Amino acid sequence: MKSLKIICPNGHLGFAPLKVESFRLGVAEKPDYIAADSGSDDIGPVPLGSDTCASPASWQEHDLEQMLLAARELGVPMIIGSAGDTGSNSRVDMYVGMIRDIARRHNLPAFRIGWFYSELDKELVRGKIRSGSAVKGLDARDDLTEDELDATTRIVAMAGVHPFVSLLEEKCDVIIGGRCSDSAVFAAPALYHGFPEAQSYYLGKVLECASFCAEPYGAKETVLGEITDEWVEVTAMHPEQRCTVASVAGHAMYERSNPYHEFVAGGMLDMTDCHYEQVSDKTTRVTGMRFVPAEELRVKLEGSGKVGERYVGMAGIRDPYTISNVDEVMAWGRRQVEERFGPEGWELHFNVFGRDGIMGEMEPLRDRPGHEVLVVVQGVAPTPEMAEEVAITGTRQLFYARLPDVKGTAGGVSFVFDEVLPASPAHRWTLNHTMAVEKPLELFPTATEIVGAKTFADA
Amino acid sequence: MSNKKLSDLAKTIRSKNAGTDKITFDVIFRAADAYELVKRSGALSRDSVASLLKIDPARITDFVEYDPAYAIKFTILRKRPSGSAGDGDIFGAQQYAPLLDIVIDDAA
Repeated sequence: MKSLKIICPNGHLGFAPLKVESFRLGVAEKPDYIAADSGSDDIGPVPLGSDTCASPASWQEHDLEQMLLAARELGVPMIIGSAGDTGSNSRVDMYVGMIRDIARRHNLPAFRIGWFYSELDKELVRGKIRSGSAVKGLDARDDLTEDELDATTRIVAMAGVHPFVSLLEEKCDVIIGGRCSDSAVFAAPALYHGFPEAQSYYLGKVLECASFCAEPYGAKETVLGEITDEWVEVTAMHPEQRCTVASVAGHAMYERSNPYHEFVAGGMLDMTDCHYEQVSDKTTRVTGMRFVPAEELRVKLEGSGKVGERYVGMAGIRDPYTISNVDEVMAWGRRQVEERFGPEGWELHFNVFGRDGIMGEMEPLRDRPGHEVLVVVQGVAPTPEMAEEVAITGTRQLFYARLPDVKGTAGGVSFVFDEVLPASPAHRWTLNHTMAVEKPLELFPTATEIVGAKTFADA
Repeated sequence: MSNKKLSDLAKTIRSKNAGTDKITFDVIFRAADAYELVKRSGALSRDSVASLLKIDPARITDFVEYDPAYAIKFTILRKRPSGSAGDGDIFGAQQYAPLLDIVIDDAA
């Protein structure tokens, strides 16, 4: 029976380095593709808005080097999606540059690299809105307004399989993708080789987070997926991990609001009637998946907008009376900022760790704070100078808060350092929407080149 | 009648972002008996979760009993998108803790 094997060594390439031992075991299985997704919106809106990565370049290069050397050794394609966390254009260029550098360093024989971009011009989105084609909100958001578009710094569209398939048709050995849905990285080669949509998208869904579909828990380990016209099998490569019925079925619900349905550009993977079977110690086989094509092609958009520059301060409290009145203490700090800067044009945020710093209003125990708490203070304003002053006013003034019955009149809080620290500019997710397109490739321009060919000619 | 905590019965209790605007919670059991017991007890429901987290039940977008994985899963809308200044949990990964101590009447 015709089949195709893909290994995935990392569920979010670059966020923490892949584990080499299980990756080499995966390579020894002689897969037909090596693929991983590098993107996530978990990391918050700052990297997309400020066009940065969430992790050091050295971690990303480590994983790309491992994957590229193995792929060239086997003579099979390597596919990366959502380059550099966000899949913005600069992150795609950065990964393509890293691939060129690694190839040069290792004197790799010539190969073809292809890439595509996912960033969207705001004016294109504005044109859609003005033409009456609503950019529809997801997750209870309103449809996109031009005001919200104006507040947006950068937009990426989430590609489906289409630009990957297009680059495979151009015989690329290495593909670096802009922002895309995680599963597209794996579904694309399966579709390119003629496997059915349901099995192909399921393969993508189960492989996208690498060893998160295995047990016991252990991230960044390699898993192997195999697809035929009838089933998908997934096998853990780490010697101590197994893909079990429970771990594979359980993974279907990871990071998603509904375990039965997965929406991608072009349709919906329906896992309602999936059947899971343990076919060997480390391998589970899945059948019964279905694919429902979409009636209208809509592409998901992610957008991030800059709110302001940001500084952060911290203050500890040990006095139980002050802890029980910490809201008064913070209100005092806020009033001092208001006196200096007026009621608007800045933001001051307090998180009280030891009380409700993590869960906020949802914290069931917020009326039972610990014996000591830490107040994390964030000041946000249009300029760095003003943000610093907002943050240091909101922090330093906690020291001088006026509580009527406090015994300690020499200082109301503790400092581990008497300064505020520059932080990443504050951003917010402005777009979590979908936009109608006519052709699946229209937002995702592709390019290719030969890498490594000039090794001798240059000499 | 005897009582157990959800953390005694479940293999996994976790929370994580589901996109930028939602947090999803998974409670996964090793086997059918504990899963069925918790389902029968009614201790984990839209209303009980809304009450525990002090949120309007309308903020719970999904509540699913997922038999293939012996799992109960629900998803809530965030008040503000993840990573907005002041968000104490950008990944939504530490929101599950209050579920650990939910009491299950195991005579149910």
